[in-house]
Amino acid sequence: MSSNQYTRAKSADKLFKVVALAFTIFALGILVVLLFDIFSRGIARINWSFFQNLPSRHAEKSGIMTAMAGMLSLLFFTIIIALPIGILAGVYLQEYGKRNKFAKFIEINIANLAGVPSVIYGILGLTLFVRILKLGNSLIAGALTLSLLILPIIIVTTREAIRAVPDSLREASYGMGATKWQTTSKVVIPSAFGGILTGIILAMSRAIGETAPLLVIGALVYVPFIPEGPRDQFTTLPIQIFNWTSRPQSAFIVNAAAGIIVLLLITFLLNGIAIYIRNKWYKKIKY
Amino acid sequence: MRRKEKVIEVVMMCCSFVTVIATVGIILILTLETIKFFSEVPIGDFLTDTQWTPLFTEKHFGILPLLSGTLLTTTIAILLAVPTGLIIAVYLNEYASRRFTSFVKPVLEVLAAIPTVVYGFFALQFVTPLLQKIIPGLNGFNALSPGLVMGIMIIPYITSLSEDALRAVPGSLREASYGMGATKLQTAFRIMVPAASSGIIISIILAVSRALGETMIVAIAAGQEPKLTFNPLESVETITTYIVQVSMGDVPQDSLEYKTIFAAGLTLFVFTFVLNNISFWIRQKFQNKYE
Repeated sequence: MSSNQYTRAKSADKLFKVVALAFTIFALGILVVLLFDIFSRGIARINWSFFQNLPSRHAEKSGIMTAMAGMLSLLFFTIIIALPIGILAGVYLQEYGKRNKFAKFIEINIANLAGVPSVIYGILGLTLFVRILKLGNSLIAGALTLSLLILPIIIVTTREAIRAVPDSLREASYGMGATKWQTTSKVVIPSAFGGILTGIILAMSRAIGETAPLLVIGALVYVPFIPEGPRDQFTTLPIQIFNWTSRPQSAFIVNAAAGIIVLLLITFLLNGIAIYIRNKWYKKIKY
Repeated sequence: MRRKEKVIEVVMMCCSFVTVIATVGIILILTLETIKFFSEVPIGDFLTDTQWTPLFTEKHFGILPLLSGTLLTTTIAILLAVPTGLIIAVYLNEYASRRFTSFVKPVLEVLAAIPTVVYGFFALQFVTPLLQKIIPGLNGFNALSPGLVMGIMIIPYITSLSEDALRAVPGSLREASYGMGATKLQTAFRIMVPAASSGIIISIILAVSRALGETMIVAIAAGQEPKLTFNPLESVETITTYIVQVSMGDVPQDSLEYKTIFAAGLTLFVFTFVLNNISFWIRQKFQNKYE
């Protein structure tokens, strides 16, 4: 290599370093711009009445009370349905699933499900829960749809958490004469609990932000009441935000920004908790 | 005792079987309704007609305008996300200090956690007005703005998966390259990236699949006009947006208009299904080749 070539390679290297740093700062900068834009638009709109008011034709009197109530009830039912199924499935595939064709098939299947667009889950929910099971566009139909959507997340994170549990714990338990299920339920799942919990919280954060599948199953845009049972109709915060964003009047755009601030705070809070638990648990699991 | 163990195992097996039911359910529902749809609309029209107007009095059922809208926004997103995401991954893995990386990665993951309806708002209310200053006369609804914002949303997927792939390449390869007198840049793009290529390709495929299925950003900011165009400055409609649009309207159940969402949904599903299986296949074939 001539010294000329060498200098050129050296300066290309330096140039790339600067350009790549610029790209990194660009991506981080967008996040800052997005947050700043939304907070500066919406923060003044956030007050107590914004949380207490029902939706209204008048932007200033509109609030997110029914949207919040709908979102939290939906989340409650979704977790109740998805949690036991997801955890048991994850435990089964990792602890019990022999390396057989069935386990392999399920694995491909879950990888596929995780990649199905959320709007397609909406079509599944619309046909299966709303029409065939005749649940109507109710909270429970929405919760069942979202459960299927977050199931792959819970299963995959449960499996990862269980994989991290050292075999010595299992062997010790078997050595004491415990059965497979006793070992799984009393030793493996408790040790993996931190990791499983992280997955559950991330799944909750995902469920909270979902909009498209709920629109497809017919969640309403205007709901002037708080749902009282699983068969009631509902709306959620992202749907309310979508509705306000599509209006031409600027006062509704302000409402949308204020709603987004609330939604982002909940999302970031959930993600923050998940990261905190994960870090704490990873330190503990390294016996 | 034995019996209880067996019962629990069967219950757990049933739980994992729920995922199979979901997949079968999706495929069955989409296929059956699409077959009904094709009994009324010839499949040839669906694939070749250049207009999509099922909600108008003069009905056309050509999927091409929806497909072009979907591919256009996806292409814009990928053109932004793949180079940016990959360059950031290379930078974090080859150049940046450990402290910088441990700061950047979680912050980028915040981008992936933001609900898509928020990105839609950002595209319509911030990015589009900004683009209108640069490109005079730009339509308030266009493919460019949601495409770019979708790209931003996807950057963390590419960065995170590619960075994992790069990190899995043994350090000895890098050291050998340095030992030959190569610069960091030469090492990064001639040794590390090719060695990590299967993981990087998987990240790109997953990103494409994600962009094809994205709904809210395009529903909010791309307009809802099915147009056969590849001009990023025009308003378009994607398959996902159309599905949402019909579900939100008062289309009677079992009408032909209602069945269109299944035909459109199946088209989208076929694309993402093929992509997901390709990535799964690559992972099986090339994973752990350095272990």
